[in-house]
Amino acid sequence: MSLKKLALGASMLLALAAGTARADTVSVFCGATDYDLCVKAADAWKAKTGNEAKINKMPAQLDDAIPLYQQLLAAKSSDVDVLFLDVIWLGMFKNNLLDIKAMVPQAEQDAHFKSTLGAGDINGQLIAMPAYMDVGLMFYRKDLLEKYGMQPPKTWDELATQAKEIQDKERAAGSKDMWGYTWQAKSYEGLTCDAIELIASNGGGTIIADDGKVTIDNPAAAEAIEKAKGWIGTISPEGVLGYDEEASRAVFEAGNSVFHRNWPYVWGTSQGGGGPIVGKVGMMPLPVGKVGEKSSGCLGPMYFGVNKYSAKPELAAEFVRFITGPDMQKMRAIEGAYNPSISALYTDPDVLAKLPFLKDTQPAFADSATRPSGYTGTSYNRVSQAFYRAVHDMLTGDEDVKAGLAKLSARLDKLKESR
Amino acid sequence: MSLKLARADRRAAWMFMAPMLIAMLVVAVWPLARTFYFSFTDAYLDDPTNYSLIGFDNYLEVIGDRTWWIAVRNTLTFTVVSVAIETVLGLGIALLINQAIPGRGLVRAAILVPWAIPVVVATKMWEWMLNDQFGVLNQVLISMGLIDHGIAWTANGSLIMGVVIFIDVWMTTPFMVLLILAGLQMIPGEIMEAAEVDGIPAWKRFWSIVLPLLKPAIGVAVLFRVLDALRMFDLAYVLAASSEQVMTASIYARNRLISFQELGIGSAASTWVFLLVAFVAILIIGVLRLDRAAGEAA
Repeated sequence: MSLKKLALGASMLLALAAGTARADTVSVFCGATDYDLCVKAADAWKAKTGNEAKINKMPAQLDDAIPLYQQLLAAKSSDVDVLFLDVIWLGMFKNNLLDIKAMVPQAEQDAHFKSTLGAGDINGQLIAMPAYMDVGLMFYRKDLLEKYGMQPPKTWDELATQAKEIQDKERAAGSKDMWGYTWQAKSYEGLTCDAIELIASNGGGTIIADDGKVTIDNPAAAEAIEKAKGWIGTISPEGVLGYDEEASRAVFEAGNSVFHRNWPYVWGTSQGGGGPIVGKVGMMPLPVGKVGEKSSGCLGPMYFGVNKYSAKPELAAEFVRFITGPDMQKMRAIEGAYNPSISALYTDPDVLAKLPFLKDTQPAFADSATRPSGYTGTSYNRVSQAFYRAVHDMLTGDEDVKAGLAKLSARLDKLKESR
Repeated sequence: MSLKLARADRRAAWMFMAPMLIAMLVVAVWPLARTFYFSFTDAYLDDPTNYSLIGFDNYLEVIGDRTWWIAVRNTLTFTVVSVAIETVLGLGIALLINQAIPGRGLVRAAILVPWAIPVVVATKMWEWMLNDQFGVLNQVLISMGLIDHGIAWTANGSLIMGVVIFIDVWMTTPFMVLLILAGLQMIPGEIMEAAEVDGIPAWKRFWSIVLPLLKPAIGVAVLFRVLDALRMFDLAYVLAASSEQVMTASIYARNRLISFQELGIGSAASTWVFLLVAFVAILIIGVLRLDRAAGEAA
C-alpha cells in the first residue's frame, strides 16, 4: 500500500469521524395521531443530514399538552427543542417561542398560505411554521352506500336520511350494532369544531365575527343545533355526547357506523392494520346545511415552533424548516391525507391522485370555518369553553336551544376581549 | 447541669428536625405562600412577572361565578355520597374479614388490589368497561336481556355523577376496610369473650362494644377520605374533562389557572378550595371529637 493511499484513507476516516461528531440530536413533540408520520420525517431528516430527531408523543387529547408545555416553558427547560402547536395556542405561547424569521428563507415562508403563515407571524416575529391544515372531513362506508344505490350526500339532511335508512336496513339484516353517524359531542374543544361546522355550513356564522361582533344568536345557528340534537338517539348513539375523536373513531373502524366526522388522520388509521373496513371507506368535504352554503370543515392549521430556551436553536429551526417543507408536506398528504399548507402542492399530480377533492378545497379555505381565535386571542379558551358547554347542554336537552343561544351570546359579549 | 443537658437536647432536636423543616418550607410552605400571594394579583400564567396587586377582587370574582358554585355542589355531593357508601361498605367488609375464615390472608391481600391501581389507570379501565358500544358491562346487560342497546353511562348527564361515585367507591373502599380492620384488631379479645360468656347477643355486642371502640378508627378513616374527596381531581377529569356535570372545585381552579391562564383568579380559587377543606376538617374533628377520642384511646 502506497503512502499516498494510506494518507487518503486516513483523511477519509478523519472526515467520517468529524461527520459523526457534528451529527446532533434535537428533541421534538409530535401529535399522538400523526406520530408515525413524524417518525418517518425524522428518518428522512437523518438520511439527509445525519442529524437525529427524537420524537416525543403528545397526549391523545391535544389540549392536555397545554399544561405540559406550560411547565416546560415556565421552567425554561431545554429538554424539548421543537414544539408542535395548534393555531389556537399561538397567542398563549408567543412569549416562549423563538423568533425564527431570520432562519427561514423568505421564499420558503411565502410558499405557505398567507393567512396561515400570518397566524404564526405575531408582531413581526415568526414564532411558528405551518405544518398542515387540519380540517374536518366526512368519512363514509363506500361499500354500504353502493349496496343501497346511494350517492355521497350533499347536505346534512340527505346525510341524516341516508344514515337512517342504511342503519335500519343493516340492523334488520343482522348488524345489530350499526349506527348511522358518529361524531364528537363531548364537552371539550372538539365540540366547538363539530358545532361550528354545522352552524357555519347552515349560514349561521362562526360565533364571533372578525370585527368582534358576537353573531351566535341567530335562527340559522339554532336550526343547525336542533338538527344535530335530533340525530342523537336516532342515527347517532347517545354515547356521542361523551365521544372525543378516538372514541368515535373506534366505533367507525369497528365497522359500526355508516358516516363519521373526523380529522384527516382517520384516512390513514382506517386503511392500515387489516381492520374490518380496509378498502371500504370514502372521504369527502363535509355536507352543507342548505344548498348554496359552503362546506365548512373546521380549520385548524398545525404548526411547529422552536422552544425559546432550546440549547440548539439553529438545528431546531433547521428541523422545523424540514418537517414543514414541501417534501414532508407531500408525504403527509399522500400517506395521511393531511391537507398541505403549501399552495403549490394543491396542483401536484401525485397529491391529487390520492386526494382528488383537494383541488376544490384550496379556494374554499378562505371561506371555511375558522374558530374565532384571531379576535379573541388569549381569551380564546374562555370563549370556546363557554360555547361548547352551552352547545353540550342544548344537545343533551338540559337547555332550550333558542334561550341557550341568547344566554350564550350575552356571556360571550363579556368574555370575548383579548387582554 | 440538667438545664444545660435539656438545652443541648433541644439543640440536637432542632438539628435533627432541620432537614425536614427545610424540606417542608421548600415543597409546602413556599408554594402555598406563593399561591396565596398571587391570589391578590392580576397576574397571568404566560407572563407571571408582570402584575399588580388588586386586593380581594379575585376572591369576589370566584364566588360571583355560577360555575364555581356548580363545582362546589358537585364536590359536596360527591364527598357526602361516596364517603357514606365507603364507610358502610368498609365496616361491613372489615367485620367479615376479621372473622377467622379460611384463606383470610389471601382475601385481605386481594381486597387491596383496587386501591393499589393508580386512579388514572382505574378510571380509564372503567371508562372502557362502561363504553356504550364495546363495554363489557353493557354486553352483560344485553346478554341477560335487560336492555337492547348499550347505555351511554358516561355521556348521560344524569348518570355520570353516579358513575364517578361508583368508581371512587370501588377504588377506595379497600382503604376504609384497612383502617377499620386495624381498629377492630385493637379491640381486646377478652372483652368480647366476657360478653359472650355473659350471654349478650351478637348485635348488642356489636352495637355496645365494637362500635364505640371503633369510633376513633372510623373517625380517622372518614376524615382522611373526606379530605381526599374534597380535593378530588383526577377521576372526574379523566372521565369528563371540564364538563360541568362532574366538575369539582379543584377542576374549576385548574381550569381558571391553566386553561384560561388566569394565575390570579386560579390562585384565589385554589385558596377557596383550601379554606373549604380546612373548614370541613375542623368541623369533622369537632363533631366526632377526634382529638379527645384519640386521647382516650391512647
